[in-house]
Amino acid sequence: MIEMLNFLIFDNLVYILAIVLGVILTVAYLTYFERKVIAFMHVRMGPNRVGPRGLLQPFADVLKLLTKEIIFPKNANKFLFLIAPIITLATAFAAWAVVPFDDGWVLADINAGLVYVLAMTSLGVYGVIIAGWASNSKYALLGALRSAAQIVSYEIAMGFALVGVLVAAGTLNLSDIVRAQEGGMLNWYVWPLLPLFFIYYISGVAETNRAPFDVAEGESEIVAGFHVEYSGAAFALFFLGEYANMIIISALTAIMFLGGWYSPFTGDSWIAQPNIIWFLAKTSIFLYAYFWLRASLPRYRYDQIMRLGWKVFIPITIVWIMVVAVMKVYNVGPWWN
Amino acid sequence: MTKFVKYLKSLTLNEIRKGLMLTQKYFFKRKFTVRYPEEKTPKSPRFRGLHALRRYPNGEERCIACKLCEAVCPAAAITIDSDVREDGSRRTTKYEIDLFKCIYCGFCEESCPVDSIVETDIHEYHFESMGKNVMTKEQLLAIGDMYEEQIAKTKQQDAKYR
Repeated sequence: MIEMLNFLIFDNLVYILAIVLGVILTVAYLTYFERKVIAFMHVRMGPNRVGPRGLLQPFADVLKLLTKEIIFPKNANKFLFLIAPIITLATAFAAWAVVPFDDGWVLADINAGLVYVLAMTSLGVYGVIIAGWASNSKYALLGALRSAAQIVSYEIAMGFALVGVLVAAGTLNLSDIVRAQEGGMLNWYVWPLLPLFFIYYISGVAETNRAPFDVAEGESEIVAGFHVEYSGAAFALFFLGEYANMIIISALTAIMFLGGWYSPFTGDSWIAQPNIIWFLAKTSIFLYAYFWLRASLPRYRYDQIMRLGWKVFIPITIVWIMVVAVMKVYNVGPWWN
Repeated sequence: MTKFVKYLKSLTLNEIRKGLMLTQKYFFKRKFTVRYPEEKTPKSPRFRGLHALRRYPNGEERCIACKLCEAVCPAAAITIDSDVREDGSRRTTKYEIDLFKCIYCGFCEESCPVDSIVETDIHEYHFESMGKNVMTKEQLLAIGDMYEEQIAKTKQQDAKYR
């Protein structure tokens, strides 16, 4: 009994702390990385004042945000106003529980991992809606409405893309999905599921409200969308949640389509060994793509976003799920033998 | 038919790939940023910054209190009082420039018959309390004394275009 308790509290607590701290630190440096990448694409330097090459900039930002006052708008519902960023953050962190970093390096190796992740990333929208409603501000409400409609629309395409992975791997367990892709680059699910791969990633960008799908924030139209009224630590939580979600989407894309911790090479040399570094490298590529897209593309118009989600992504995913099913039944390619 | 082809083409994401390649190209380009306090861009000899009152090489102040600068100043930033000095020459007793009013147009410098009031190329300055924005005659002369070399150099560079 005591052993059980010991395991539950101490072992898991250590892992949870490690994951949460890791994610928070990654988020901190992701903001720095984002500013640098975008600056470089704008042919300028980006932050370079705080610390060597601006490397301490994230800490300066965090300290600034935490020491600032949280302003409550007039007639705002204080309870909802404060619970909204917590929901956003909590769901973003909770999704990390099932992410396998390496073979066996997973906090909760549950069978329904894929569904759990889908549930957690979708729950984040409640934070956005509640924030927009509780702020008692028209911009915040508009932003929340847009965000809700957008996330619900892309959730479907995203879910169908995941169904494709599910059909291909025959399991909902994320570790098993990665294991099914063992054996070099050609065995990854990117190839048979290529359209689903793109749709999943693009839907992920839309889901996290990032450019070019950032109408929910749309600085030039509705100031900052659902979090206009937030300041200080409450804003920091939203920020943290958004970036944690970005990392989650990138990590999941790496897990489901690029073979997680497996090396792209085959053979016995050191470079072909499965390693957590492969997983991190693949995740980083998608994180870079987030910023790359943001620096390259203008914001979609709202009706264009809806058109893309409903009239392009959903039909394509449905068709491709059938194609995948047929390929699976007839053992096409090196993926299903 | 063309509409269908266009639709199929859009599925290849080719346009987006082109855009991404463009930004990626600029990613590796040399950056234009000037790291300001360490690096500075060159300044024109005609740059109009902080004002100064100059002296002749023998130490006599140039200003003869003709008040042309006061008259020409479009922002009415210059205030001059004058009197007769012991040696019988006309000199200013008060020469003040309110830098908050000043628009740095350079008319005072243009109007000066003896090249006394000039605008130096100093642009990095600030005031720390109310009232410090009004430069007195002593301050202006001190700036002139301190930067005479630099002022003479820029005036020399620009002389043939005046």
